[in-house]
Amino acid sequence: MGDPLFSKGVGPTVVLIVLIKTLVVFVFLLVGVLFTIWMLRKVMADMQDRIGPNRAGPYGLLQSVADGIKLFFKEDLLPETADRRVFRLAPYLAAVPAFLTFAVVPIGGTVKLFGHRTILQLADPPVGILLVLALSSIAVYGVMLAGWASGSKYPLLGGVRVTAQMLSYEAAMGLATAAVVLSAGSLSTRVIVTEQANWRWNLWQLGIIPFAVFLLAAAAEMRHRPFDLVEADQELVAGFMTEYSSVRFALFYLAEFMGTITMSAVMITLFLGGPLGPDIGFLGGRVSPLWFFVKLVGFLFLFMWIRTTVPRFRYDQLMDLGWKRMIPLSLAWLLLIAAMRLGVDEGWNRFEVVAIAVAAGTVAAGALAAAMRVSAARREEQELEATV
Amino acid sequence: MDWFVFVVAGALAIAGALGVVLSRNPVHAALMLVMSLLAVAVLFVEQKADFLAAVQVIVYAGAIVVLFLFVIMLIGVDRPESLTVEPLRGQRPFAAFIGVAAFAELFFLVRLQGASGRRASAGSLTSGHESNVERLARPLFTHYLLPFELTSALLVVAVVGAVVLSRRERAVTVDEGEG
Repeated sequence: MGDPLFSKGVGPTVVLIVLIKTLVVFVFLLVGVLFTIWMLRKVMADMQDRIGPNRAGPYGLLQSVADGIKLFFKEDLLPETADRRVFRLAPYLAAVPAFLTFAVVPIGGTVKLFGHRTILQLADPPVGILLVLALSSIAVYGVMLAGWASGSKYPLLGGVRVTAQMLSYEAAMGLATAAVVLSAGSLSTRVIVTEQANWRWNLWQLGIIPFAVFLLAAAAEMRHRPFDLVEADQELVAGFMTEYSSVRFALFYLAEFMGTITMSAVMITLFLGGPLGPDIGFLGGRVSPLWFFVKLVGFLFLFMWIRTTVPRFRYDQLMDLGWKRMIPLSLAWLLLIAAMRLGVDEGWNRFEVVAIAVAAGTVAAGALAAAMRVSAARREEQELEATV
Repeated sequence: MDWFVFVVAGALAIAGALGVVLSRNPVHAALMLVMSLLAVAVLFVEQKADFLAAVQVIVYAGAIVVLFLFVIMLIGVDRPESLTVEPLRGQRPFAAFIGVAAFAELFFLVRLQGASGRRASAGSLTSGHESNVERLARPLFTHYLLPFELTSALLVVAVVGAVVLSRRERAVTVDEGEG
């Protein structure tokens, strides 16, 4: 376990290799963001029967570069009522976690660099996947404080909304992750990937439920449609970003797209076997980063597809989906997986285990549904009384 | 290297703690608290307590302080407070006394027990191929299973209690009308 790079002590070459790896990841993410913005605009344009950007560079590829340069030369406004220090700090708090998460994503096997063997992954801490959860919970601060520090109403509402939304969906996300950790028996992202070798991808090994829950929770964490209540333009102008302009706006934009890329990368790691894929010809296992990128682009497309086609949720629907559907579902599924796992270890009859688990699950679901029906009826009654 | 990490993270933790006390704005105080918590998490990593560091960030920085901020933002107490009014009479001298007493206790404990700052060999946080997480999980789910389960039961009771206490029957504002 761990990176073989550090097994022989830390010398100047090792530090150099780490610096190179960090730089490569950073540049990859920045270029990736530019590419993702272009891809989003093209995909959206295609789905809406438009042409999309086609002026700057071939197929409009340089459009995002042009937009970026324009943003940097715009006037940087600071609202009169803003809390200056927090207002300036917030964009960085949003951008840094989005970048850091990528550090634990494995993008390939081991390579030899300057006589040292090293893994194609920035860091492989023993608590790998917990770091992802920690950073995604830290990411709340940027948006939340941006909303508060702007010192006006709509951004504040956006900030409050984002906090509630991200806290709610983090629970479901954590439970879906727990299912993966349970099957891999490790928190290290690298072990999670190697456990999925020979096409034993968690996507189908765990049933589709944890993946589906994680996909929805990730979409909610990324605050894209259908979960973009944070910046719902008909209701909140642009939510927490309303007062931001120039470079700080660009940082939020960057953080958003970096978040999309890193979340896709995390999902590939957890459910789609990371860089695992069939070997190709004489290149053998060296094509694994290629498989990673193919999966990454596939995921980006999936998110763009959802973004373009699904209309926005209402706020109470969002909360209902998170708390009343996804959390109970992922919790029940986690218990089912744990029961089956225990059954395998103890040598119990698999069908009996499943039958008992399904029976217990049905009873629990029935009780939950009944409780929700009662509370909904009661709320309706109260609202009716209040309006009389 | 350890020494360098300790000095930087320790200084940040203390600066954050001072910031919590000295900031006039509740939001700034909460942010300083986050800084302090993150610096302590770095110290945990430096001591090879990886799991504790992760939990520190997820639970304290990621959930509890976010809830603090959420409440501060939601009920709008984000104006700088004036230090001239004392909400509880005699609170400040009492707090100062408790603070000095706690600090003195810590100081004497460290001096008398001869804490050297070296890592104990008996309670090592990792052992051989076992990672910190496994090392923590094994006793927690075998030897200390009952206290662990009791804690979770306690938390459930606390949640149910909070829901019951905060749930008030909505007062019907409309008069029933006479007659």
